[in-house]
Amino acid sequence: MKVLIPAVLFIVLAPIAGGLLNGIDRILSARIQKRVGPHLLQPFYDVLKLMKKENVIVNRSQNVYVVCFLVFTIFTGVLFFTGADILLTVFSSTVAGVFLVLGGYSTYSPYSFIGSERELISMMADEPMVIMMAIGMYMVTKSFRISDMIAYGSPILFALPGIFIGYVFVLTIKMKKSPFDLSSSHHAHQEVVSGIKTEFSGKSLALFEVAHWYENIFLLGTIYLFFASNPMVGVVATLAVYFLEICIDNMAARVKWQLLLKSSWLVAIVAGAVNIFVLYLAEYL
Amino acid sequence: MHFVLPIMGFLIFFPLLVMLGMLAIKNRSIRGWAVNLSAFLIAAASVALLVLRFNAREPLRYAVHSGLTGHLMTVASLLITLYIIFASVRDKKYGTLSLAVIQLGCFLTAEIMMDGRGEAECTLLLDNLSMIMVLLVGVVGSLICIFAVGYMEKYHRHKQMADRSREFFAAIFAFISAMFGLAFSNDLTWLLFFWEVTTFCSFKLISYARREDAIRNSYRALMMNIAGGIAFQLGILFLYKAQGVFELDKLILLAPEAVMLPAVLLAFAGLVKSAQFPFSSWLLGAMVAPTPTSALLHSSTMVKAGVYLIIRLSPLFKDTPAGLTIALIGGVTFLLSSLIAISKHNVKKLLAYSTVSTLGLIVLCAGVGTYQTIWTAVLLMIFHAVAKSLLFLSVGTVEQGIESLNIEDMDALIMRMPKVTLCLLIGIAGMFIAPFGMLISKWAALEALIKANPMLSFFVVFGSSATLFFYTKWMGKLIMIKEPAQMQEGHVSGDEWFTMSSLSGLTLFICIAFPLISSYLIDPYIQYVYHQGANMSQSNEIIMLIMLALILLLPLQIFLQSKQKKRVIAYLCGANITENKQDYEANLQYHTAAQTTKEVELRNYYFEGLFGEEKLGKLGLILSVVLLAVLFGVVFI
Repeated sequence: MKVLIPAVLFIVLAPIAGGLLNGIDRILSARIQKRVGPHLLQPFYDVLKLMKKENVIVNRSQNVYVVCFLVFTIFTGVLFFTGADILLTVFSSTVAGVFLVLGGYSTYSPYSFIGSERELISMMADEPMVIMMAIGMYMVTKSFRISDMIAYGSPILFALPGIFIGYVFVLTIKMKKSPFDLSSSHHAHQEVVSGIKTEFSGKSLALFEVAHWYENIFLLGTIYLFFASNPMVGVVATLAVYFLEICIDNMAARVKWQLLLKSSWLVAIVAGAVNIFVLYLAEYL
Repeated sequence: MHFVLPIMGFLIFFPLLVMLGMLAIKNRSIRGWAVNLSAFLIAAASVALLVLRFNAREPLRYAVHSGLTGHLMTVASLLITLYIIFASVRDKKYGTLSLAVIQLGCFLTAEIMMDGRGEAECTLLLDNLSMIMVLLVGVVGSLICIFAVGYMEKYHRHKQMADRSREFFAAIFAFISAMFGLAFSNDLTWLLFFWEVTTFCSFKLISYARREDAIRNSYRALMMNIAGGIAFQLGILFLYKAQGVFELDKLILLAPEAVMLPAVLLAFAGLVKSAQFPFSSWLLGAMVAPTPTSALLHSSTMVKAGVYLIIRLSPLFKDTPAGLTIALIGGVTFLLSSLIAISKHNVKKLLAYSTVSTLGLIVLCAGVGTYQTIWTAVLLMIFHAVAKSLLFLSVGTVEQGIESLNIEDMDALIMRMPKVTLCLLIGIAGMFIAPFGMLISKWAALEALIKANPMLSFFVVFGSSATLFFYTKWMGKLIMIKEPAQMQEGHVSGDEWFTMSSLSGLTLFICIAFPLISSYLIDPYIQYVYHQGANMSQSNEIIMLIMLALILLLPLQIFLQSKQKKRVIAYLCGANITENKQDYEANLQYHTAAQTTKEVELRNYYFEGLFGEEKLGKLGLILSVVLLAVLFGVVFI
């Protein structure tokens, strides 16, 4: 029961919350660009409309990968919100990512393919920092279980300032926000058409959207971990980070993969590894 | 219990008999059946040994009256060394020659100085770690032998060379015998003997094709491994002179400070054997050998002998500067070779680098030497042996079908060789995707390292994201759907299918059964050596089983989805030749600006500029040589 209730709650509520956040994102982005922007519920209308559209395919295997991507994204969130092992949660989200990439590869379409390659580079770029976040959390709480991290008495952030900065940096990659939205983007007129999503339509494309809602809620959950000792502060800080990501998205122009890879590994080494090293020294001296 | 010793004897001597048989039998099909039958018997005997020893907590020790056996070993050692000296004079390989002469000198010195040492109290020892080695050699090794029957028949035709498969199988069976001996030996002089035999078999098998590069690479492997053998011999000698001991089980009970020099010398031999930086070049060169050789010697068993020895010694290295240095050598090897693997187009080279990197991870764990890291190291050994041999064999089969080892020629392989590709996908998933074997081990490695020393986990953090990259992009190439496609797997023989499907099944099986493997095989060994148990928590095991079930549902969906969907060809910005899938027979084509027609080609990233072999290899060489100097430095300080 202790596992079942949060699992069901996540599966039911996450897409609602994720869709609403996406609606807010679009309104805020519009206001930043001096537009009125769509209705708050527009993301839901979009998905419902996509569900009704014809599902045109390039080959019969491509949709299977999208379903797997969705299933593993949901599974990742379930692991997270039921308080499971943090490393296992990270690996599960990697599996979801691998399915996404394979879906793009399977179409043998130039645009999907480039999107997949870039998505894969993004995964290679952000994974070290994400795992370092998990290492840092363990060093503070002495447990790999997310439930223990949430129950930890004082704000984890104070022990992990470097890791927090580094993690927010790679969160931009994870949320596919500019300047790191290499693999696919909501914005029109880009060089890779729609990236990974180019060959997906109708229901499959709707699944992509829903998967991203689930993913965003999971990612915001990881931000919450840094502030979990005080739920009020936690929620406010998490939303503030989301707002920050929206601002970055609107301010920055897309970078090339070289800069993406080098900068995120550099951040992982400078902010993440140094933070862990300091914790290590504090513990053993 | 009284069956155990005869089975151990059978495992060592029976392959030797088969070796002689292989040289004698001239008829190819009789030889094929003999190989299959012997492989089956060897596998059955290894499993029987497991059944007899099931749940045994205490190791089994035997004192063998060494009389005649000892003399035979001495003579065999001398003959091997003399042969190497003769061969290196013939082929004008003077580096190898001088090392072989030094080795002969060391050997004779040891024989004289250790004369009258008496009998070992325990010559053969069977505990769960040796049991795991026996199962790997017995089961995986036998499967590879069965595969080789079908493979080698085509090999000579493909490479346009004379059929010398009698020699090939003789060397393989001699090797299997030596590996069993190596796993059982507790007397270090015996262990060294079997160690040298595996080196010699590897030398013969690498040079099998007798092309110029094969000869050159075989001598490189030989030279490095002789250097390792010399260190091994000196280690035994120093140990005996200082402590009067020449058994492995006694060595690890001595005070670490007193035996650090011999332990480091033995570990050096282990580092060479498992191709750690700066010695990795011999393993990369060894890839010129026929694929079954790469699968058996150079990924699943022989190179594991090196890490096996280091794992055995690791209680001595726990919390010592030498242990930390060994861990760093492993860490550097793991990280850099994973990165180099990104830049490899040739899939055998990629697999070679990934093998080196996994061995590096095992060395990293063994150097740290806490009970959790050792648990992980053993787990890695098992998973890697099975999944990697599957990958090598499948890749060998692919090569015979498409005449290429280049990943770029493997576009849409799933349509051309569906069954082989399925084996490849299982093998690749086994190497890096949760919840399959290697990922379980990498995860365990991370947790164990974070607990022991978080700074060492950085190697794993960066190395495993490189692993993710190069395996996924290869996987992507395989699963592309590109029409029209032509079936290319008609050449695969029944033996080969048998082995590949067995290994695929085994890869899946050990993922599901790994909690059992852990608690019945690995944990008792850890308990015995460290008096502490290591296991994964049950809730995590359940989560992984759920993940496995989710992944296995994937193929089901293909059958479940409705077939009435409109199919179009991929979007090409309106420049495509035709829109309609039905009347579209040729490859995916588009109009160029000059109004010519061009076919779409998709090429992966390899990042040679960032992760090229030359650049990173040099860095690895410098780092590892410095670390080796430190390793011997800290012993003398």
